Formats: sequence, C-alpha cells, structure tokens
Amino acid sequence: MARIALDRSVASPGGILRRLTWSRALLAVRYLLLLALALGFLIPLYWMFTGAFKTQGSSFAVPPEWFPKRPTLANFELLFTRHPTVRWFANSMVVAAGTVFLTLLFSSLAGYSFAKKRFPGQQALFWILLATMMMPRQVTLVPLFILMRQLELFNTYLALILPLVSWPFGVFLLRQFIQSLPTELFDAARIDGAGEVGLWWHIVMPLSRPALGSLAIFTFVASWNDFFWQVVVTRTDTMRTLPVGLTRVAEQEFGVNLGIVMAGAVLTSLPLFAMFFAFQNYFIKGITMGAVKG
Amino acid sequence: MTVLRQIYRERWGYYFITPTYLLTVLFAVAPVVMGVYFSLYRTVRGQSRYVGFDNYLRLFREEAFQRAIENTLYFVLLIVPLALAISLFLAVLVSPLGTKAQTFFRIAFYLPVVASPVVLSLVWLWIYNPVYGLLNYLLKLVGLPPRTWLSDLGTALPGLAVIVITWSIGQPLILFLAAIGAVPRDYYEAAIIDGGNAWQRFWHITLPLIQPTTLFVLITNTIGVFQIWVVIHLMTQGGPFYATQSLVYLLYQKAFVAGRFGEASALGVLLFVIIMAIAYIQFRFFSRSVEY
Repeated sequence: MARIALDRSVASPGGILRRLTWSRALLAVRYLLLLALALGFLIPLYWMFTGAFKTQGSSFAVPPEWFPKRPTLANFELLFTRHPTVRWFANSMVVAAGTVFLTLLFSSLAGYSFAKKRFPGQQALFWILLATMMMPRQVTLVPLFILMRQLELFNTYLALILPLVSWPFGVFLLRQFIQSLPTELFDAARIDGAGEVGLWWHIVMPLSRPALGSLAIFTFVASWNDFFWQVVVTRTDTMRTLPVGLTRVAEQEFGVNLGIVMAGAVLTSLPLFAMFFAFQNYFIKGITMGAVKG
Repeated sequence: MTVLRQIYRERWGYYFITPTYLLTVLFAVAPVVMGVYFSLYRTVRGQSRYVGFDNYLRLFREEAFQRAIENTLYFVLLIVPLALAISLFLAVLVSPLGTKAQTFFRIAFYLPVVASPVVLSLVWLWIYNPVYGLLNYLLKLVGLPPRTWLSDLGTALPGLAVIVITWSIGQPLILFLAAIGAVPRDYYEAAIIDGGNAWQRFWHITLPLIQPTTLFVLITNTIGVFQIWVVIHLMTQGGPFYATQSLVYLLYQKAFVAGRFGEASALGVLLFVIIMAIAYIQFRFFSRSVEY
C-alpha cells in the first residue's frame, strides 16, 4: 500500500509539490507553537528584567507598562544603599567558591579511587554513598540544624558549605568519567615512578577537566540556590546569602517599591545567567551525564 | 591475614575516599539516625522526655498534617504527569529541527531553571497580584473577571503548581532530546516505508526506546515535587486555611516557627520512608531496564 502511494507521488510532480507545501505548512505551525510556548515560559523573566528598571509609580501601573516608559537605575542604587547587598553578594560568592573547591577536591579523589582501584569492601562503601545520594536533604534538615548548633557552626560559612559538599553526586559523575580513562595510562605512569598522589594530580585531574567543569558549574548553581538550608542556618545580616537577603528586601519593600525587589532578583539571578550562557555545553553535558545510570 | 595484607596494599584507595566518607557519615548518615532518635523525644520546659510514638500520633491527628498529605499528593499527581507530557511533547516538536533551532529552544525552556526558584517566586507574586498583577490584566483583555489568585481557596494550589511546572520542563526536555537523538534513524525510515504515520512512529518506536529516560524523569521529578517548599514559603505560607500546606512546609513550620523539633523529626522520618519507597521502585526499574 505504502509503496504504491510512494510511487504515485513520485510519478506525478503535482503530488510532490502538494506534499512539500503541506510539510512546509506543518513546519511553520510547529515553529509558531514552539515560539508561543517559549514566550510563555520567558514572560516572568522579561517581567523581572523590565521591572528592575521601572520607577516606583510605573511598577504599580494599571494597565502595566510592557516596556518601562522612564527607565531608571534608582532601584539598584537603593538596593545597595538601603540594604547590606554587597555583603550578601560576597557571602554567596564565598560560600559557592568554597563549596566548589572542596567538592572538586574530594570528589576527584573518591571518584578516582572508586573507578580505578580495587580494595576490600569497595562495593559496599559505594552502595552506601549511592543510598545517601538519593536521600532528600529536607529529611535530615532538623537533625542537621541541631548538629550544627552543637558543633558551634551555626551562622558560619562552614555550616553553609559542608552539607552540600557531603552530597556525593560529584563522586558518581567523576567515577563514571574516570572509568573511561585508559588504565594503561596509569600503569605507564606507575612504571615511570609516579606516586599515588602524583597519579591523581598529573593524570586524573588534567584528563577529567570536562567532567570537573560540569561539576564545578553544577555545584556553584546548587550552592547559590541552596535557599532552604541558608534560611535555616543563618541568623545575622552579616552571614545571610544573597537569596536570603533578597527575601528580606521583599518583606520590607514589596508593597512599597517593587522595583527594588526586582533589581535584587536581577542581581541574584545574574551570576547564574552569566554562567549558563558562558558554559552552555557544560550544562547540557552535565545534565545528561548525571542522568545516565544515576 | 590475606585480607589485611590486601587492605594494606590498597591503602591509598581508602585514603582517597576518606574525606568524602567523613563528611557523608557526619552530615548525611548521622542526621538520619539522630532524626529517628529525636522523633521519639519531646522537649518540655528545657527537659527532653521519651514519648515513644506520641509525636507520630499527634501528627496523624492534626488537620494541618492531613491537608499537607493531600496537597503534596495533589502537587505530585498534577505536576509530575504534566511536566512529563509537556517536556516530551516539546522534545518531539524540537527534535527534527536544525541544530541552531534546537539550541535556541533548549535555552528558552531551560532559562527558568537557571533563574533561582526564589527569584521566580517573587516575580510570580507580582504577576498574581490581584490589583496590579499582569495576569488579571491579561484576563481583562480577553474579557474574564479578575481573581485573587493566591488567597482564593480554589486557585491557590493550582496557582503554585503552574509556577513549579515552569521550572520542571527544562531538564527533562534536554534529557528527552538526547534520548530521541540516540534512536537510530533507520528505524523511522523502515517505519515510513511500512506506512507508519507520525503517531505510530512515536508510539511504537520513540516511546519504547526512550523508556529509561522517561522513568528517570518520572522518578526524579516525583522526589523533587515531594519537597515543594520555596514557592509556599515565599507566596502563601501554607494558606489560605492550609490550602497550600505541604509536608515539607509543615516540617519547616514545626521546627523553625513553633520550635517542636520532636514532631518535625517525626515528619522527617515519615518523609524519609515515603521517598525511600520511591527510590526503591526507581532501583528495581533501573536494574531491570536496558543499559543506556
């Protein structure tokens, strides 16, 4: 049946033409549908960006201004002068940088050990890590909070950093990646007299750069957005991170000056957007790598 | 003895996992044990007292808890299938396009994931505002009456679900695109020659071959939605009248608003059991399904 249909369309040029215009129309519909949906998804972000440049009056305007009529930078100025925003931003950066550094260090060591070494109990130890990775952090929230108070780490950078570093996702990502490195490479280096730490530093680290890149980006984003834990474990303005600070701004300004809140929102999401656009491929790779065999 | 010698010979294997293990035991394993312990105790006037399962029983009797269970299930049953269907639908639409168009749409749908949930919640708070919000203005344009979205018993819960869906699409879309891209082209060509239409090709070729990805998305999204908290904390605080109370938000209120750590720990243990059950199902499926 299909063969006949195929032959007929080949036989008459009119059929091909009709088919072509039909498939072109379908393609146009496809694009229109996708663009409309993408627009719907992006409107909140557009609203945030334009809102940050709206004057106090125009942020409450009805009907709303699709484009700020008198764009202003006053919101950013107020954000920085009325609130300790610089400190919050620096806190978020310090916490994210510390988390990334420790995660890369510990994950590359453990990932290398699980990928290329064979030792008694390895399997069992690996399964325990797997089990902890699946555990949602909210479950351990209360005991972790009490633990941090007992260790006298409450309201410190370490309290913000360490729980995230203990999440073993990076170990899996790197184990997966390092397994694909040729074992002969390690044997050759060993014959050349490289020590255990030397193997890790001179072979594992440089060769796993793509995986380390993905992990660094993911860890940065995870730390930047670790809002729940940051709310729970910080108490003073000097320790608050930017997202937590932003909610403080929102509490005080939301009904008064939406522009300041949106300026804070832009500032909070800007490092994430910058990172996404600079390292898009790492993002995509990281997502697919993380999903493959969990 | 031979085992000991082996352990000694491979000692660097242990050294290298030690930092990870110290952190995991201290900040992931110990808190689980502590959580179970705390859930059996209650602090009254600074005195910690063993109360058995009383914290659990109190929870079960509470209206907030029952509503939290209902709402969390509602979130899961609404958001997870919708996010799955939308991202799969988008992936099917995007996958035949050229590389540039694919990249463009991948970025467009992933951007809400990049912006943090805190930021999006605040923007949506503005959009949903009954007086100067964008949504009511748009509804007015098409002749629909305004609503008080987040303080309305009927719309508060779906209103939050919509927001969560906007950032639950990006990641599955990327995964589905990768999975569909890995399906051999000749399967489709053979199906076309055999007269299979687009729907049949999707149902009989694409869907079975991307099944591991579908499962992964289904389960990670389920676990994610179970932990819904940020939107509730920033937008409704569980109200109006428990209409948006969720399990994790209740846990937060118990622990950090009311200071009832025992009950909060009990809630944490229950959540742990529920989510481990889901993880177990995930495990069984993963060990059975094909490698990919």
